[in-house]
Formats: sequence, C-alpha cells, structure tokens
Amino acid sequence: MKISPLLVLAALLTLAFTLATGLASRAEGWSVRAKSDNVFGMMFGDGRKLFANHFFTMADVYFHSGYYPSVFDKNSEEQKEIISASHGKKESEEDEKNEDFLGKPRDWIDAFGRHFRITQHTHLEHNNEREILPWLRLAADLDPQKIETYTVGAFFLREHMGRTQEAEAFLREGLRNNPDSCEILFELGRLYRDGMHDTGRARNVLELGIKKFQLRSPEQQKEDKLVLDDLAINLARLEEDAGNYGQAIHWFRLAQTVSPLPESLQKQIDEVQKKLDAATPLVPRK
Amino acid sequence: MNKIIALAGVVIKELYRRKDFYVLFVLTALLTVAAGSVNFFHDEKIVRYVKDICLLLIWVSALVIAIVTTARQIPAEREARTIFPLLAKPVSRAQVIVGKFLGCWLATGVALVVFYFFFAIITGSHEHIWPLGMYFQALWLHWAMLAIVIALVLLGSIYFAAPSSTSTITFIVVVAILGIGSHLKVIALQQPEPMQFLLTVVYFGIPHLEWFDLRDFLVYDQTLVSWTALALATVYAAIWTGIFLFLAWLGFNRKNLTT
Repeated sequence: MKISPLLVLAALLTLAFTLATGLASRAEGWSVRAKSDNVFGMMFGDGRKLFANHFFTMADVYFHSGYYPSVFDKNSEEQKEIISASHGKKESEEDEKNEDFLGKPRDWIDAFGRHFRITQHTHLEHNNEREILPWLRLAADLDPQKIETYTVGAFFLREHMGRTQEAEAFLREGLRNNPDSCEILFELGRLYRDGMHDTGRARNVLELGIKKFQLRSPEQQKEDKLVLDDLAINLARLEEDAGNYGQAIHWFRLAQTVSPLPESLQKQIDEVQKKLDAATPLVPRK
Repeated sequence: MNKIIALAGVVIKELYRRKDFYVLFVLTALLTVAAGSVNFFHDEKIVRYVKDICLLLIWVSALVIAIVTTARQIPAEREARTIFPLLAKPVSRAQVIVGKFLGCWLATGVALVVFYFFFAIITGSHEHIWPLGMYFQALWLHWAMLAIVIALVLLGSIYFAAPSSTSTITFIVVVAILGIGSHLKVIALQQPEPMQFLLTVVYFGIPHLEWFDLRDFLVYDQTLVSWTALALATVYAAIWTGIFLFLAWLGFNRKNLTT
C-alpha cells in the first residue's frame, strides 16, 4: 500500500496540534523561567544573577574611570566604592593608598604595559556619575532582589544629578520587588527628607523601615544592625529639625544600642536634651 | 616588491568580494545603534556604555576578519592547486608569504578605518567632542596588534591541517593573551615549581597583545598615550610580526605542497 507523503504530513501536523492543545496547560508548570515577568528571567533563569553582579561591578569600574583591580590583583575583593559612597563615606588619604593595587612595576613588561592602561585613581564627578546608571539599570533588571542596586542608583540620581523623581521611581520599583527591605526604605526616607523636603513622608517611611527591621530574626538583626543605626539617626535628626526633641532623643537612644560610636551619639543626645529643657516651660512643683 | 604588492592586491580584492566584512559591519552598526537608542532614567547624555559596546564589537569583528581571512589564504591556494602556477612564475615562497601577509593586513586596515570612522561618528554625535589624536592612537595600535595576529595565523595555516583549526586555535590564543597576558607573572608567583618557572617563561615569551588595547582610554576620555611608548610598541609589534613571518617562511619552504 502506498501512502501519499502529503497525507503523512497532514497526519503528523494533526498529531502535533492535538498534543500541543493537551500539553500546553501542563507545560506551564514545568519551568519556573516561563513564569518570570522579566525577559532576562525567562532567558537566563537564576543564572542572570551572575550577570547582575558583573554589571554592578561594571558600575563601580565606570565610577573609577577604568582604574580597577582585576581578579588577579590585590584589593579585588574589597567593598565596592559606589556602595561606600552611597553611605556617605568620604575617602581618606590612607584609603587612596590602600587602593593603589598596581604597586611598583614587577618587571619591564609590566612597566612598559602601564603606558597603555589607566593608572590613576579618579572618581567620576561633575554629573559624569550618570555613566554608571545603565549598568545599575541592567543589574536591577537581571536581579530584582539585589537591594544595593536600588539604593546606590537612587543615591547617585538624587545626590549627584538632582533627579529625585527618577530616584523615587527606582526605589519604589525596588520596594515592589523587595517589600521587606529596610535599606530601600532608609534610602527612600533620605530622599523624601533631603531631596524633596517632605518631612511627613520621610517620617512614615523611616518608621516603617524600623518596624520592618524589628520583624527580622535576631541573627539577621545582629548582622544588619547598621541599617537600624542609619534609620534611627535619620529619624532623630528629622524630629530634631521638626522641633520634636523628645522623639529625637528616643530615636538617638535606639541608635545608641547598635551604633559603633555610642559616645558621639550621647553628645548629640545631651545637646537635644538642652534644647528640650529650654523649650519646656518650668512648672514649679507643688 | 611589485610581486608582493600584486599578491597583496589579490587578497584585498578577495576581502571586498566576500561578505564577511559587510555582515560584521552591519551587525556592529545595528547593535551599537540599538544600544544607543535605549533610554536610562530619561538621561540622554549617557554615552560611555555605547562606546564600550561599540569598541568591543569592533575588536571582535576585526579579529574575526583578520583571522578568518588569513587562515584560508594558503590552504585555499593549495586546495585549488593555484599555488603551483603561482610558484611557477618568478615568485619566491618568501614573497608569497609576505604578499599574503601584506594583503590581509592592508585589507584589515581598510576595515578598521571604516569601523573607527563609524565609532567616531556615533560618539562624536553624542558627546560633541572629537579626540582625533586618541582615535588615531587607538586605531594604529589596534592595527599593529592585528599585524602580529595575522602573521601568527599565517604561521598556523602552514602547520595546521585545516583553516577551521587554525582559526579556532589562534582565536583562543589571542583571547587568552588579551585576557590574562599581563597577569601571567602574578599567576606564576602563586604556583609551585616547576609551574612557576614555566609560566614565567611563557610570560616573557609571548607577544603582549594587551598593550595594544586602548579601548579604556577611549571609553573613559583619557589623555593621549606618550608618542614614544606608541613608537616602541609599534617596533615591538614589527619584531613579533617578523618572527612569525620568518617561522612561516621556514615552514612553507619545507612544506611538500603536493600532499
């Protein structure tokens, strides 16, 4: 019996179509990737987090205008400077010295090769900080759970470029992806306080940050205690500026419980206490 | 010299008749324009990532053009048996090697000029600055590096069986030198003997192609490289090119072309 090739093709197509209608609904559950709402998530799965780390590092490389240690150099494991800059850390001369990862040339090849590589430690400035933003945007798309990406990106948008709207949108996006992040709430609080001068919203957000922190496990609280320090100090300053000295002292005392510099906080508490005493009218005891 | 130039002319004609360059150029242009059209945080002044991507594509494309074009030169002549009428003319084997090298190098140079012109237009239109000296230095060193690579591929094409193996092996070697060439000494110092000694020998014995990569200078708007260093690097490239061409000539001289 001779079967027509067209008939075979039609039969195969019918079979494939029938199977597809039956399997489509089940196949949806087979892969986590397909459920991802992010195109990178669909393409790379969890492997995208590796790329996210690389892009975050690229932002730091750009911040240093290419003067950056490779995996073979010393200092390659140090904390990224875009993170420390976003925490308000200014670089001392000693830090600068420590970051001279090149050292003296090892031989004539190394010495001559330095003519063709960047050998000066500089940071982006004068609004050129914008150049790090594409890498942070990509890092956030690839790994929406990487919290530093949002805080660092928002810091540079707000502090160096004055783009508070974009910074807020970026932080809000981070908060949607990481609803329990105190770090993002802290950065959002700073944005409302320093960038938008909106004390009410800043207070709400920072207080929410402290509540979220207190919901963390004791181990995690111990590990992330500096976030509480930042949140409480910012809240204290906000209350002090608003004239709520009692509240300010309350937050300073909370910060003191975790701060690496409790003595300096005590001085601030004393100063606020003086302001509080001066503001409170003396009532004679009966 | 006329014979060498005639041989080189044939290679150049071959390159612009083939589609490799056009495909790679269009791909580079498309990807660069696509990357440049992305808007990050509504800021249109961000440009360095576009320069970075464009230069990476230019480097990959130039390497592919140089390696693929060179790798097939002598094997193709042998396969088509055109090598015999070529050598029957008053052309020495040394002239064939030098002619093939010159043709590939000049053809790659033409391709590089087109690529860098495109790069200058794209970045200049964004930044409104034209660091022509920097463009020249980057292009010159890039071209000098490709001279070493082309000579190395020519040498490989004498000894390896097929153009595909020559291309693959050379590509891996070049990428490895570009990636870890400058770090080999550091890696060597972390190894026990005799590995330490071997890696140190390799470090001093390889052509340091990474010197010729000025992409960072272009991306991060750095000042010009010292012209003396540039001249010395050019001499270094000429020496390595000479070494590889000499070895290729030695191998080609001994090669039985009938098998």
